[in-house]
Amino acid sequence: MRGRRGLAALVAVLSTVCVLGTAGAATNTTFIYAGAADPTYLDPAIVSDGESFRIARQIFDTLVQLKPGTTKLQPGLAKSWRVSRNGKIWTFSLRRGVKFHDGTAFNSAAVCANFNRWYNWTGPFQDASASYYWRQIFAGFKRNEATGLSKSLYKSCRGIGRYVARITLNRRSGPFIPSLVLPAFAMQSPTAMAKYGANEGQLASGTFRPTGTYAFSHPTGTGPFKFTSWTVGQRVVLDRNNSYWGKRSAIARIIVRPISNNTARLQALQTGEVNGYDLVAPQDMPTIRNNSKLRLINRPPFNVAYVTINQAKPPMNNVLVRRAVAYGLDRTGVVNSFYAGRATVAHEFMPSVIPGYEPKVTKYSFNPERSKQLLRRAGLSLPVKIDFYWPTNVSRPYMPSPNLNAAAFKASLERSGFDVNLVSEPWRPDYVKHVNEGAGGHLNIIGWTGDYADADNFVGTFFQSNNPQFGLSGKGAHATIKKLLNQAEAMVNTAKRIKLYKQINKLLATYVPAVPYAHSRPGVGVERRVTGYKASPVGTESFYGVTVGGQ
Amino acid sequence: MLRFVVRRLLLLVPILIGLSILVFVWIRALPGSPADSLLGERTTPELVREYNERFGLDDPVYVQYWRYVKTTAQFDFGVSIATHRYVTDEIRERFPATMELAFAAMLFATFLGIPLGFVAAKRYGGPVDHASLFASLIGVSIPVFFLAILLKYVFAVRLGWLPSVGRIDVESDVEHPTNFYILDAIITRDWATLKDVIRHLILPAIALGSIPLAIITRITRASVLDVQNEDYVRTARAKGLPPRIVDRRHILRNALLPISTIIGLQVGLLLSGAILTETVFAFPGMGSWLRDAIFNRDYPVLQGGILFLAFVFVIVNLLVDISYAIINPRIRYS
Repeated sequence: MRGRRGLAALVAVLSTVCVLGTAGAATNTTFIYAGAADPTYLDPAIVSDGESFRIARQIFDTLVQLKPGTTKLQPGLAKSWRVSRNGKIWTFSLRRGVKFHDGTAFNSAAVCANFNRWYNWTGPFQDASASYYWRQIFAGFKRNEATGLSKSLYKSCRGIGRYVARITLNRRSGPFIPSLVLPAFAMQSPTAMAKYGANEGQLASGTFRPTGTYAFSHPTGTGPFKFTSWTVGQRVVLDRNNSYWGKRSAIARIIVRPISNNTARLQALQTGEVNGYDLVAPQDMPTIRNNSKLRLINRPPFNVAYVTINQAKPPMNNVLVRRAVAYGLDRTGVVNSFYAGRATVAHEFMPSVIPGYEPKVTKYSFNPERSKQLLRRAGLSLPVKIDFYWPTNVSRPYMPSPNLNAAAFKASLERSGFDVNLVSEPWRPDYVKHVNEGAGGHLNIIGWTGDYADADNFVGTFFQSNNPQFGLSGKGAHATIKKLLNQAEAMVNTAKRIKLYKQINKLLATYVPAVPYAHSRPGVGVERRVTGYKASPVGTESFYGVTVGGQ
Repeated sequence: MLRFVVRRLLLLVPILIGLSILVFVWIRALPGSPADSLLGERTTPELVREYNERFGLDDPVYVQYWRYVKTTAQFDFGVSIATHRYVTDEIRERFPATMELAFAAMLFATFLGIPLGFVAAKRYGGPVDHASLFASLIGVSIPVFFLAILLKYVFAVRLGWLPSVGRIDVESDVEHPTNFYILDAIITRDWATLKDVIRHLILPAIALGSIPLAIITRITRASVLDVQNEDYVRTARAKGLPPRIVDRRHILRNALLPISTIIGLQVGLLLSGAILTETVFAFPGMGSWLRDAIFNRDYPVLQGGILFLAFVFVIVNLLVDISYAIINPRIRYS
């Protein structure tokens, strides 16, 4: 009897707590957003992950920005820029009257202080875990200490008056301006960085770690939101910068919370615990679409899924066989069946939003007979035995269901004169390693999401070196492609550069080092009352311009 | 008693050494390395070589183990490869969350399981007994993560009674000096925060406590059935003691002894169950942290985190042993 009474009492207490707590306390000028993880650090120069960049895009401005929701460049902290005749000296005309969140002025001295900070990094800061993007774009430092570095692209910076900054490069570079949109190259307050030890760090247990407080609690930029607090595992709080150089943001506060589980993010949106979230899983998209209170926003495609063809494994060194593969892959069938209407068939290794995309390349629509003809012309007897690798335990926006893609490709290739042996490996740790080292199959499914809107970030990444992923040798047609890619990288005339990339894309379509098959549109889920949200193709965006409930 | 406690504490040393070896070997037996996991698509053989050099992963295993022992002996678990944060800092921040959750789950399992088991035993063979057996079977067999998602769907998404993620209202700006949110709220007499924290604990605690609840219910039932047929219970009844007194003083008190052992052992189950529960509820504790570390092959986190949890497990079981003497004065440690 007593036990029953105790049980009843427990239930009563729980119910009371539940009912008393149902009233929400949300203010409508706070925008609560769910990411998948905490940021690594709040100093954007020493991070390379999307969650850190998401926070950085609210706090910091870059010299050059992307027009919201597009890959078009537009002025940021630099009102305009021009390049010298030799293509090595860039002159930036800076916005006036801009202040960092600590009240110090943004000017040419601040621009040079930022560039010189990166260039002069030594020791642990030269590690790829600290300076990944600087190493990617600028190749090296003033004094290279780490392995794999070359002469720095950056040479010097000089202020001409307070509002003109002149940056001199050691060589011409096409990706220089497009890459400046990366938060890694955002402008930070030199005063705050000095005050809070931004340039203090160490390799502790082999891992880079800042030892100052700047990267944890004092990030100071010029952006529309100021840093307020970071509780690891729970939230990052940013408050409106009332002295912002542009129009003040409509939302007073942003809270970004880390929720790693896909279902948990969706449920948090359904319950109103967050106003929006990123990285919507494909299977959750119909739930959002069918909920009258929610809305799915499309991120423009900025990725590519492709089937690598490893030329180091005969007979893939024969271009006729590679073309046969291209005709034998039923890409339209795969895209229509397994991407829930959220992808288009890819014909090139870069999405169409990037300048240099060429609509008129050789296209390989599914044609089993043509494939068999090409294999016979290559002197092979059918069926041609090949290994086709695909990854398990992974889902990427460009590749939501690798197993289904692989099974469908096997079926279409077997109709086209191939005898396919499917091999699966876990994405981590085996698959990516094997494919990147050229130790996978003749064919392998993989993909790429871009970092910034430049063709070099796609085709340059894939084909500018003797990439083992494709078994490239740097000879024959690949030598020509490499030469053109090097020329394009060192070109600053945009029109000529675009023309060159178009030519490269045409060559790639006939050389067939791999077969691109899908560009997908990832989704962002938001409450219907959230307006002004413009999803950026590059993966994370500024929440400047977002309103909640019309406030 | 003191000698017993000291002896048990000394026993901790070989246990922890053995455990450190097990954890160290187990982690390295997993396929892949931190470099492969962390670099993902952007990996190159050069970068992998650079990572391995930097982490000392190309040193012989005994050199790596000795380095690990030396630093661990100084309570330095190193820096997480994935988050770049000190492992000890992360434990300090996350352990209180897991502790509160495990405590709440155990509270739920104990305060519901003991009465349920007791009632089932008293109504042996009746509908209540059968119902408790059925419920226990479901409790043990339903996967924790599935129950967690189900509870969230019903009570958070459909009914809107309880929050679905986190440890506290994300808009709350309250400071938490000890990181034990309940304790902090009680100390500062902040009842609104206390209510909020409890609301966030209810669903994860129920999900996590479901298996211990089922086990405790069954053990209590079996134990009560055993004890109520003992001679001293018959004697107590024969001398005319009221049934309430017999139940409480003679049956329940003696039946609690095996239950307390089970409760101690359930701590291990709660800590492992927390990995799934915390992930589903985005609860910032050690469970979700260790889960991410497994995926990232984050050696320092796994080595430090698992060793720390094993230490907690041993200490809790020591406390349980000591509690025997309190529950049953006939037991003395000497």
